[in-house]
Amino acid sequence: MNGALRGLVLLAALTLAACHGPQNILDPAGKQAQDIDVVWRTMLVVCGLMYLLVMAFLGSALWRARRKPSDDALPIQSRTAAEGVLDRTLTGWIGLIVTGLIVLVSVSFLVDRSLADVGPDPLRIKVTANQWWWDVEYQGQGPSERVLTANELRLPVGRPAVVELHANDVIHSFWVPNLSGKTDLIPGRVNFITLTPTRTGAFRGQCAEFCGLEHAKMAFDVQVTSPQEFEAWRRSQLARAADPTGPLEIQGKQIFNGKACAMCHRVQGTDAGAGIGPDLTHLKSRATIAAGTLPNTRGDLQAWVADPQGVKPGTTMPRVPLTASELNAVVAYLETLR
Amino acid sequence: MSPVDAAPPATALDPEREARLALTWATPPGLWGWLTTVDPKEIGKRYVATGLVFFVLGGLLALLMRTQLARPESGLISPDRYNQIFSMHGTTMMFLFAVPIMEAMAVYLVPLVVGARTMAFPRLNAFSYWVYLAGGVMIYVAFLLNIAPEAGWTGYTPLSGPEYSPGKRTDIWAQMVTFTEVAALAAAASTATTILKLRAPGMTLARMPLFAWAMLVTAFMIMLAMPAVMLATSFLISDRLVGTHFFNAPEGGDNLLYQHLFWFFGHPEVYIIFLPGLGMVSEITQTFSRRTTFGYPLLVLALLAIGFLAFGLWVHHMFTTGLPHMGNSFYTAASMTIALPSGIQIFCWIATMWDGKPRFQTPLLFVVGFIITFVLGGLSGVMLASVPLDTQVHDTYFVVAHFHYVLIGGAVFPLLGGIFYWFPKVFGRMPNETAGKWSFWLIFLGFHVAFFPMHLLGLWGMPRRVYTYPSEMGWADMNLLSTAGSLVLATGVGVYLLNLAISWRRGRPAGPNPWQAGGLEWATSSPPPPHNFGYTPFVEGRQPLWTSGPHLPLMDGLSLDHREVLLTTVSDAAPDVREGSPGPTLWPLLTGLATTALFVGSIFNEWLIVWLSIPVTLCVVGWFWPKPSHTSKVGAPERTPPGALA
Repeated sequence: MNGALRGLVLLAALTLAACHGPQNILDPAGKQAQDIDVVWRTMLVVCGLMYLLVMAFLGSALWRARRKPSDDALPIQSRTAAEGVLDRTLTGWIGLIVTGLIVLVSVSFLVDRSLADVGPDPLRIKVTANQWWWDVEYQGQGPSERVLTANELRLPVGRPAVVELHANDVIHSFWVPNLSGKTDLIPGRVNFITLTPTRTGAFRGQCAEFCGLEHAKMAFDVQVTSPQEFEAWRRSQLARAADPTGPLEIQGKQIFNGKACAMCHRVQGTDAGAGIGPDLTHLKSRATIAAGTLPNTRGDLQAWVADPQGVKPGTTMPRVPLTASELNAVVAYLETLR
Repeated sequence: MSPVDAAPPATALDPEREARLALTWATPPGLWGWLTTVDPKEIGKRYVATGLVFFVLGGLLALLMRTQLARPESGLISPDRYNQIFSMHGTTMMFLFAVPIMEAMAVYLVPLVVGARTMAFPRLNAFSYWVYLAGGVMIYVAFLLNIAPEAGWTGYTPLSGPEYSPGKRTDIWAQMVTFTEVAALAAAASTATTILKLRAPGMTLARMPLFAWAMLVTAFMIMLAMPAVMLATSFLISDRLVGTHFFNAPEGGDNLLYQHLFWFFGHPEVYIIFLPGLGMVSEITQTFSRRTTFGYPLLVLALLAIGFLAFGLWVHHMFTTGLPHMGNSFYTAASMTIALPSGIQIFCWIATMWDGKPRFQTPLLFVVGFIITFVLGGLSGVMLASVPLDTQVHDTYFVVAHFHYVLIGGAVFPLLGGIFYWFPKVFGRMPNETAGKWSFWLIFLGFHVAFFPMHLLGLWGMPRRVYTYPSEMGWADMNLLSTAGSLVLATGVGVYLLNLAISWRRGRPAGPNPWQAGGLEWATSSPPPPHNFGYTPFVEGRQPLWTSGPHLPLMDGLSLDHREVLLTTVSDAAPDVREGSPGPTLWPLLTGLATTALFVGSIFNEWLIVWLSIPVTLCVVGWFWPKPSHTSKVGAPERTPPGALA
């Protein structure tokens, strides 16, 4: 049957999909995503069976039609012999639908309840969405323990992280499919989502609520590491930016602080202290730039600084007029922010 | 299939009488007649045709999007243009195609299906069409001027608010919604009243055709749902135009209020679109299965249940907004409950085919395609009803796949089947069956190739409303496949429309009842005369032409020289009163133009709302100015003896 065939194709495709990409619902790497995966599998089985039943009934109707002469026959209006069978089948069908729905509602409800359970000693992270990038803040014990970063999330494996979600402009949605479902970031409201990674690896998150011009290019990186590696990363992020030593880098820093760059960006430990754009203190420790748009290589960084509007038309970062040597110096300075 | 039935239909036996009635009910010739007509058949035809034009426009926009997404990092369309295109695609398909064309089918068909001479409020239908046309033209002119909406068909705040959508783009979108809502409300009031009060004698509620039931439930849903979105867009307009703060969070407004209002309309909207389709499916299944519908009472109850439940599950569009878990669970259960009436309906249609003697002509093929497609879309809908799973697939291509399965599968397939089915009635000519089968297979296969891969794309993490995607995401192959499918689908739609266009002039003459159907609309000639029925049919069963055969009982008693309709009682359809019906008039057009000026003017200056309401008032006064009407003459019993049976 058409439906059976499609079901098989679907199942085959899903099996293939199990290891597909860093942004994949079908490859859960967190407790929440695994719980939701249980709902998905239950749904697929129950709904798949229902679909096959409907298609089988439709198929038998089409099959019966082949044997019946129909032309010029009078329409059937009185109760037919088959109606008793159909009535009983319909009763059974209704019973089956109700049973299926009870199973699905129960599974859905139980999983929803388990998602609401945070777990012990959670890591506290505050994420603020902006058009079109992510401001990330790890809230430690007091201001000296506060880590500021952007467009990336580092998580220790096995420990729950409660992410507090804010939005500065329009509604966005925070979504790391490998770890959990999505939750919206809504101006004027605060939402929370819990992520408990169960295995290490690199994943990708992306804004899932249409938020304007560059909605398509508003992603972030997620690195799940061992608790030790996470702690090492956290320590390194707490450090202020190292002073550049080479002459080119020193010149780059002067240009950075003297031109428009410092009016939006912050580099801790320097004069650049604005909080309008992403914090750049440890820019080079991140995997990507421009909210997951480009890899964090020197060439891509240069392309981005030279012409942000060419890479991401409409981005709030303006094109700052720089000569070739100035551009070279600024990028050399940014390369020191590790 | 029988050859052309040359005999005149039962309701038009007396040529002289027919000529007199036709003269009374005729639309004046020429442009004047075109502008002033209140004949629901004339209005219905242009309404459907306009809807199809918007369907083609929305489809072309979809092809542009598919071309852009066919490969990763494509630079074909700029993000700004792409955002306008997908906003226009959704807006066109929801507001300018789906709802209006279903209303349009009702405007043409309901009087014929219930055996009436015209609709209850013929001028209101004309007004509805003009307002709808004006709204559609306005937004497409805006699109050509590069001021089309950019915040999606849902227009969520604050993205659509004054700060993040400067300029007039969103105002035009919000006013276009107002236009179509006014049009839909006008048509719905007329449809519901016609079905409740103008049914042929004997057509009790228990004998009412399922198409009429579906349109009745739809009309009431429109009346209950549309005010919510008018409220939402009116708040939005006043936020943008006069600085109110309904949706401005820093000033105490709430963005979730917009979403609640929008989806309180938006979810019933989905059922408003596909309930008429279910009515068409019922009629087609019955006619081509040569068997009365299995489980008629259950099908009626299912329509009512869906209409009722549709208002209790809007929150499942908002599961990711951080609402309380317990409340969300209620909406999970409510949403899944829809599966029960839907499952019963599907069973009844298949059972009708299973126990009947089906003839697989084009309309029935579309019904089979509908079942295969819609059930799949319904099941992915059950998946979306679950809060945990929804948080994953919400706003991904999985959802895009889901709602195209339910909307194209659940509403467009039945509509295409329905247009093919009633085409010979409307134009008196048969559409070509071979071309019809070709168009079905192209549309059906193209649809599944275009939209099935989107389920996988969503599960693989592709969000919706993105103008491009990085190549390393692994989404390219499925996107290319989907684009290929969309081209096949578009070809199928082209074949379908070409078939209609050619058959319109060159088709085989159809005769009154080419499909040997049982409904009253087949008891008059094709195309029907201006007065629909020479005599009023008297209904003895659910399929009058099958039940009564060639001896359909007829009633007389309505004036031949004045426009008169027979009102019957709501549940038993017993003859009640004769009432006058208005003739051709320019007032609906003038009122429509004045309303258009008011709506368009209010985009630019709030004071125009005040000044331009004056012409609207004057037009309405002109419209309702008491006329020395035939109603007083009707009272004279000696001129029109009541209730004489033929």
